[in-house]
Order: sequence, then structure tokens, then C-alpha cells
Amino acid sequence: MIAARLPVALQAAFTVLVTAFLIVPAVMSMLAGVTVQYSRGLSSGLTLEWVVEVWTLYSDTILRSVLIALATLGCTLTIGVPAAYGLQVTGGRIARVIEEIITLPLAIPGLAIALGMIITYGGVGSFRQSSLFILAGHVVFTMPFMIRSVMAVLGVIDLDTLDESAASLGASRWQRFIDVVVPNAIPGILAGSLTVVTLSLGEFNLTWMLHTPLTKTLPVGLADSYASMRLEIASAYTLIFFVLLVPLLAAMQFAARNRATRGRQ
Amino acid sequence: MTANGKGVSLRLENCAKTYPGGIQVLSPMTLEIARGETVVLLGPSGCGKTTTLRIIAGLIQPDHGGRVLFDGVDVTSVPIEKRNVGMVFQSYALFPNMTVAGNIGYGLKIRHVPKAERRKRVDAMMQLVGIDTLHDRRVDQLSGGQRQRVALARAVACQPRVLLLDEPLTALDASLRDRLRTDLNQLFRSLGITTIYVTHDQGEAMALGDRIVVMTKGTIAQVGTPDEIYFRPANRFVAEFIGAANILEGPLQSEVMLLPGGQLHIDGGRTGDTAVAMVRPEAIGIVSPDGASWTGRIQTKIFLGDRLRLTVAEAATSAIVVDASNRLVVQVGDRVGLTVPNGSVRLLTS
Repeated sequence: MIAARLPVALQAAFTVLVTAFLIVPAVMSMLAGVTVQYSRGLSSGLTLEWVVEVWTLYSDTILRSVLIALATLGCTLTIGVPAAYGLQVTGGRIARVIEEIITLPLAIPGLAIALGMIITYGGVGSFRQSSLFILAGHVVFTMPFMIRSVMAVLGVIDLDTLDESAASLGASRWQRFIDVVVPNAIPGILAGSLTVVTLSLGEFNLTWMLHTPLTKTLPVGLADSYASMRLEIASAYTLIFFVLLVPLLAAMQFAARNRATRGRQ
Repeated sequence: MTANGKGVSLRLENCAKTYPGGIQVLSPMTLEIARGETVVLLGPSGCGKTTTLRIIAGLIQPDHGGRVLFDGVDVTSVPIEKRNVGMVFQSYALFPNMTVAGNIGYGLKIRHVPKAERRKRVDAMMQLVGIDTLHDRRVDQLSGGQRQRVALARAVACQPRVLLLDEPLTALDASLRDRLRTDLNQLFRSLGITTIYVTHDQGEAMALGDRIVVMTKGTIAQVGTPDEIYFRPANRFVAEFIGAANILEGPLQSEVMLLPGGQLHIDGGRTGDTAVAMVRPEAIGIVSPDGASWTGRIQTKIFLGDRLRLTVAEAATSAIVVDASNRLVVQVGDRVGLTVPNGSVRLLTS
């Protein structure tokens, strides 16, 4: 009996250890953000002073990050969902080639994408200096996640036949897209949206290359604060980042679980 | 309630289909379908029946030179959404995001039919196909038979000019298929819409078709009423594909075919080299071998309830199948005489 339970116990212990290895640094960092003096530990007392100071110093980067993430979501939804529909319905070699091209940003380092954008569009001053430049980078980087996510769902629902069926009832391509494709692709759209927002909020590599002093985002500001401010402030910044990100991750998990449950039904 | 008048007459003119790479799945075919007629496209997988249906629907274009005409009007370049055809797919293709009523009313909604009128017509369609209690049911809560009925109601709700069905019963189990086949037959007769029905099941074709188009390898093998196809098959393929058939081969002398087990009278036979003829199992009678002009030996005997299925050897170049009365008393190994009424043997072209 004991021998039978031993592997389970070992597995549980290993899981706890790995989880702790991943979570403890994050918890320590967040704790540092509400500790009066990190070098003295929790005995120095708890405070929200650093959080307030971060908000005073960096609130513009936080708001900009949120706005860019939402705008990125808007762009990927507007372009990515119809693109996924088009690629899925068209099929064939050309659709596969286009899909591969769209997916390329997943394989290319963010720094290389940023460099390519700077070389190509860097001369357009007003664009280069605005947050739109970062937005464009985020859209390029996150688009594959939206398209792949929607295509995965459309692939499961036998879209071609549903599309033909709606067409036989007189629906135009646009009506088919709105009435049949979008409602049936909701799980993919939802998962893709959460991935896009999360990635955009946390994106650093590409953004670090694309930003100007006036267009810093949250992760770039975080790097700056780690490099130039006291540890408590950088940690408070991390805490705010987590407060933004964790609900999104939870929502993603919830959506995925819902989808799995519906699939089983 | 009928969904429409009589639909349209339909003409396929020189319609062929060749896919990139030069693979021709449909040879040039011309086919006339009368207004209100139910025509079944029947054939084995890959014979081009679904391709023909999709050309009629407007889902694929025929090769250059092919034309599709509805009531004499060329609709070849009209896309499916503007052709006003009703289509039932093999997988039903019901919209999972809509209720039963939503599915049935979708085409009406697209046509901007007012809500009250839409509701009325949806209810009428549901009653017509016998699913009037399923109004707000989700599609994933339906059985296969119910889905099939919803798909059918949805297809006819918009009063289509042509109703197209692509193997709609294939996904169902045998008993349900038999029941729905009868229901479909009644429905087609009551609707009177020009209907094209694709199937590989000859029983379905016989039960539903005013005429049957038997297809093979992208060509039409024969067009005819069910009894023409069954009793007067145009060639060996049709004879063997429709029902059970005994194919007999032997030299002809005047109106007599010489077989290993004797002689068989064939109306219209002319002296020549080896001929091929067809006789259905139920057309062959079992008699005493004494004095019979054609005999054989019983090789197997299977009791099927409504009949006795015998395999008789030594009668022809290969064993023949005979459906005899279920009360016939014979044993395996018995020598028996075989009789065939005049007109029941048909000479075939290969």
C-alpha cells in the first residue's frame, strides 16, 4: 500500500518544489514592493508608499501599456478574425504560404522585428515618435496568436460546410462571417484576445527597441526602475504589473476550462 | 402546407469538371430535369454525383462551355447565395450557435422576412417535418434523425427553386434511414419542388426517385425510371450496381444462349459470338430437373425469412443466385431445374 502511494507522494513533492521555485521569487519581489525597507525585511513594516510613488512616477507608462494592449487587441480582432476565416475557407497552397508568412514573427526575435521596423519606417518622424509605432510592432508580434487561435476553432467546426450551408440560404460572405463564423469562433477569439492582451502588456524586447523617452510602456518602465531606482520602487512596479496581469491569466484559464467543458458536452 | 409551387425545370448542358492537375472528375454531361421532378443521382464513391450536385448548387463552376439553366435561364455564373436553392448536406451543417427555430428561420431572416411572418413559416416548416416541439432546442441536443429533419426544414423554408440533398441519410442507422426514407418520399410528393437527391444507396434511389441517373467514373451510365433501371439496365455496370444480378455469358444461337447447365431462351437474341445477359435472382424459378432445359446443383442455401436464397453451381460459367419461395424444400447438393419467364433475361452491352 505504502509502496503504491510513494510515487504519488514523490510526484506531489516534486510539483510543490517546482511551483515554489517559480512562485517564491515573484512573491518576494511583490513583498519587497510593500516593505518599508527591504534590507531589513518584513520587520521594517508594510507600506503602500512605494506603490503610490510608482503610480506618481510611472502612471503614464501603465496607462499607455493598457491603451496599447487594447488597441493591439482591436487591430488583431479587426484584421486577424477575418483573415483566419479567409485562410480557412480558401485553403490550398496559397493559404498555407500566407499562414506561414503571418506566423513568421513567432520565430523571429522581437529585436530583429523591431530593427526591421526602425530601418523601414524609422524615417517617418511622426510615426516613429508616436505610440503608434509600438502599436504596429505589437500587432505584428501578436497577430499570429489571434489567427492561429481562431483557425484552430474554425478547423474543428467544419467551417467549409457551415459556410456553404449559410450561402445556400442566401447569406452573403459578410453575413456568413457575422452570423455563423464569429459566433462559432468565440472560444478561439476569446483565447486569442486574452493571449494578445497579455503578450502586449508584458512585451519588452520589441518595445525596448521601438520606444522613445515619451513612449515608454510598463515593462520598459519596469526595466528603467530596476536600473535606476531603489529596489522597493522597482518591486512595487512589479506588484502593479502583476495586479494587471493576473486577472487576465485567470480569465484565460476560465475561458479555456469553459471551452473544454462545452466540448465534452 | 406546401413550400412552393413546382420549382423550376433544370438543364445541365455539356457540364464537365476538371481540377487543377488535369484530373477530370466529370465528363461532359447533358441532363434535363422537369419541373417538380425528383431525380436521384446514384453511383459509387467518386462517380461524380456530388460534383454534379455542387455544379447545380453553384458551389463549383463547370469547365468552360458547360451551362446550368433554371427554367431556360443561364445561372452558370450566379453564385449559390443568389440561386435560391435549398441544400441539405450529409453532415446537415446546422449552425451550432442557433436554436432549431433559428436555423430554420435563418434564410428567411437573410431575406428580411418580417419577424411575425418568419415565426409563422418556421412553425409551419417544423410541423411539416414533425419537429414542432423542438422550437428552442439547441442543435447539440438533437438526435441524428431530428437534425436531418431540421436541415430539411431549413432548406425548404425559403421556398427554393431547386432542392438539393447530398446523401442526407448516410449518417443515420439503418432502421432510422428506412423510416426517414418513407417520410422523405411523402415530403417530396407534397412539396412538389424540383429535387435532386444524391446517394450511393440503390434502395434510397428506388424509393425516392421519379427518375434515377446512374453514374460511374464521371459519366452517366443510364437515366431512367426505377423500374427501367432495374428491369432494363443499359449495361453490365448498371445491372450489377442496382440490386442483385446474375451475369450470364455464353454463345448465342438464334434466341438461345448455350450455358454449362443447358440452354436459356433470350428474347431478341441473334446468333453470334459470346453474349452477356442479366437475370435477376427472383426471376429464376426452381423446378424438377427432369426434362428441364437448364439445370444446376444447389451449392448453398440461406433462409432469409421472406425468401430462400440459393446459390446454384454448374448452371452458368459461375455460380448463380436464386431467390426462391421460403417454403421450397431443397437440400444442398440437389440437382434442380431452372426456369426463367420470357422477357426476364436482358442482353447487356459491356
